[in-house]
Amino acid sequence: MPTRTVAIGSSVGLHARPAQIFVAAVQESGLAVTIAKAGGAPMDARSILGVMALGAKNSDEVELNADGDNADAVLDGLVELLKRDLDAE
Amino acid sequence: MLVHETRTGIGVSGGSAAGPVVQVAPPAAPPKDEPAPADVDAAIQHVLESFEAVAVELDTRAAGADEHAAPILTANAMMARDVGLHGAATDRLKAGDGPATAIKNAVEAYAAQFEALGGYFAERVADLRDVGARAVAAALGLPAPGVPPLTEPSVIVALDLAPADTATLDRELAIAIVTQAGGRTSHTAILAAQRGIPAVVQVPDATSIEPGTFVAVDGDAGEVAIDPDPALLEAQRVRREKRAAALATSTGPGLTADGHAVPLLANIGGVADAEEAGPQDLEGVGLFRTEFVFLSATVAPTLEEQTDIYTKVFAPFEGRRVVVRTLDAGADKPLAFADLGEEENPALGRRGLRLSQALPDLLDTQLKALAAAANATGADARVMAPMVATVDEAEWFASRVRAAGLKKAGVMIEVPAAALRSEHVLENVDFASIGTNDLAQYTMATDRMAGELSELLDPWQPAVIDVVAAACAGGAVHDVPVGVCGESAGDPLLALVLVGLGVASLSMAPSKVPAVRLALSLHTLEECRELARIARSARTAQDAHEAVRAAAKDALTEIL
Repeated sequence: MPTRTVAIGSSVGLHARPAQIFVAAVQESGLAVTIAKAGGAPMDARSILGVMALGAKNSDEVELNADGDNADAVLDGLVELLKRDLDAE
Repeated sequence: MLVHETRTGIGVSGGSAAGPVVQVAPPAAPPKDEPAPADVDAAIQHVLESFEAVAVELDTRAAGADEHAAPILTANAMMARDVGLHGAATDRLKAGDGPATAIKNAVEAYAAQFEALGGYFAERVADLRDVGARAVAAALGLPAPGVPPLTEPSVIVALDLAPADTATLDRELAIAIVTQAGGRTSHTAILAAQRGIPAVVQVPDATSIEPGTFVAVDGDAGEVAIDPDPALLEAQRVRREKRAAALATSTGPGLTADGHAVPLLANIGGVADAEEAGPQDLEGVGLFRTEFVFLSATVAPTLEEQTDIYTKVFAPFEGRRVVVRTLDAGADKPLAFADLGEEENPALGRRGLRLSQALPDLLDTQLKALAAAANATGADARVMAPMVATVDEAEWFASRVRAAGLKKAGVMIEVPAAALRSEHVLENVDFASIGTNDLAQYTMATDRMAGELSELLDPWQPAVIDVVAAACAGGAVHDVPVGVCGESAGDPLLALVLVGLGVASLSMAPSKVPAVRLALSLHTLEECRELARIARSARTAQDAHEAVRAAAKDALTEIL
C-alpha cells in the first residue's frame, strides 16, 4: 500500500483551517486515506474531527496511507499540501 | 409588557442603538432517560438526517457571511458531516442511546479528546459543541440554538452569548447585544468592545422580552429601554452623530489639553492582533499576552519557535514600544509540559511569576527569544512579569531580564501588596503596569468570573482607585512610569481619573483608543487631577462614577 511520511508545515499545527483544507482535499480524491502520528493509530483522513484529534503540531511527522487508483499521485499531492504553512495562506 | 420600562444592567461596550429584539434560543439538552430506540436503523437514519440538516443550514449561513465568519461556518458544517462523528453516534445508538443522547455523547467523546490536547484544539471544542447542540435540537424538532439568521438591524438578546456567536455577528445587522448573565470581563464583553457593538450585560429578565419588541440600548449607561419614548430615541440619535463627528477628528498621540503626553497603546494576544493593530493610529503595544505560545504546546516551545513568533508580533511595531508580559499560566491555565499539579484556589496559587520561579529555564528561554526578536525588528521591547508581590520577586525578575540582554524590565501591579509597597517594589525596575481587572479581583476579594458579583468588581470602586493611587505614588518617588493595561484604561472617564492619579500610559482594545484620546484632549492635567480627587473622595463606586461624569467637560459627556 502506498505510504508517505511528511512533517507538518503549518505553524499552528494540523487544526482548524489547515485541517479543513487537508480533509477537503482527501474527500475530493475519493480515496480512503489514513493519517497517523509515528507509532499512533491511523485515523480516517476524511474525518476532520479524527484528523484534529491527532493533535499534530508544527513539524510533527505524520504517515499517510492510501489504496486505490492513483493512490501515489493523490498522496504526493497531500504531502505537498501538508508541507505548506496553510494557516499563513 | 410594560410600556416605557427601563432595565438597568452593566454597560460593557459603549454607544447606543435601537431596534427590534431577536432572542437567542438556549441550547437544547437531550431529555433525561431518553428511551433506547425501538428501531435502531430508523434512529440512525434520523440522526444522520439531523446532522445533515445542521450542515445544510451552516452552509447556507456561510454563503451569506463575511470573509471572517464564512470559514468558521464552513468548518462547522464539515464537522456536522464528519464520518467519524457519524460513526461514533451510530455506535452509541446501537449501544442503546436515544437519538439526542447519542449525538450528545458522540460529541462529548471528541470534545474530551480535544480538551486533553489543549490550546488550539481545545478552542475548537466550543464549535464542536455548537454543532452538537444544533444536531440535538434538530433531532428533537426544536428551534436551532444560537443567533438566528438576521433579516433586519436587530438587538441580540440572550441569557449569555457564546464567544463564537459574538465573533460571527454581522456588525451591520447586530446593532446591540443584551445579556441576562455575563460579566464585565466575560468574552462577550471583550469581543463586543473589540467589534464596537454596544452591549449591556446582567440585565434582569432580559430573556423574557418578547421577540420583536422595540428596545433602545445604551451601552455607556448600561440601560435597556423597552418600547422607548421617541424623545429618548432622538436624544440617542443626536448623541451618536455627535460621537461619530467628534471621534473622526481624534488622531495622533495621546495628549491632555495642555500637552501632557499619555501614550495610547493596544492590548494584544497574538500575531493576528499585532498585524491588525500595527497599522492603526496608536503608539505601540501596552500589553502583549504571551500565553498563546505556551498553552497550545505539548512540549516546551523552543528558543527558535518562540523567536519566530515574537519577531512576527514585533515586526509591525518597529520604532514603537511593545510591552510584553511573560508567561502567565497557573492551575486554571495549566501547561501540558510543566504541570505543577491541581490547586484548590488557582487565582491565589503558583501562577504568573511564581510559576516562572519554579521553572526558571522556561522564563530564561522566553526572555532570550524576546531579546532576539527585539534585535531583529527594532521594536522597543519592554518586558514585565505578572503577579509580582514583593521586592525580592521584582528584583529577581529584573536581573534575569537584563541578563538576557533586554533593556527594560518591569512588573505588573495586580497584587495589592505590590501597589502598597510600590516605592520599594519599583525602586530597581524600569516601569510598571497596573492590570486593573486582576487588581480589582484581589483588592475586592471577588472572582473575576463571577458575573453575579460584578458590582464588587466595578472599576470605580473607591478602594481600587486608592490602590492605583498608591502604586502611582511609589513609582513617582523613583520616576518609574506606571501605566494601566486593564479594562479601566479604555473607559474615557476613568482614563481621565487614572491620568490624574499619575498613570503614564493607557493600554486598551484598539477600538477604544479614539474616545480615550478625545477625552484627554478636552482636559488639562490639572483638571484630570481634580477629577481624581473627586473620585477618591466619593463614598461608593456609583457616587465616584456620577461625580466624575458631572465634573467632566460636556463636550465629552454628551457623547458618552
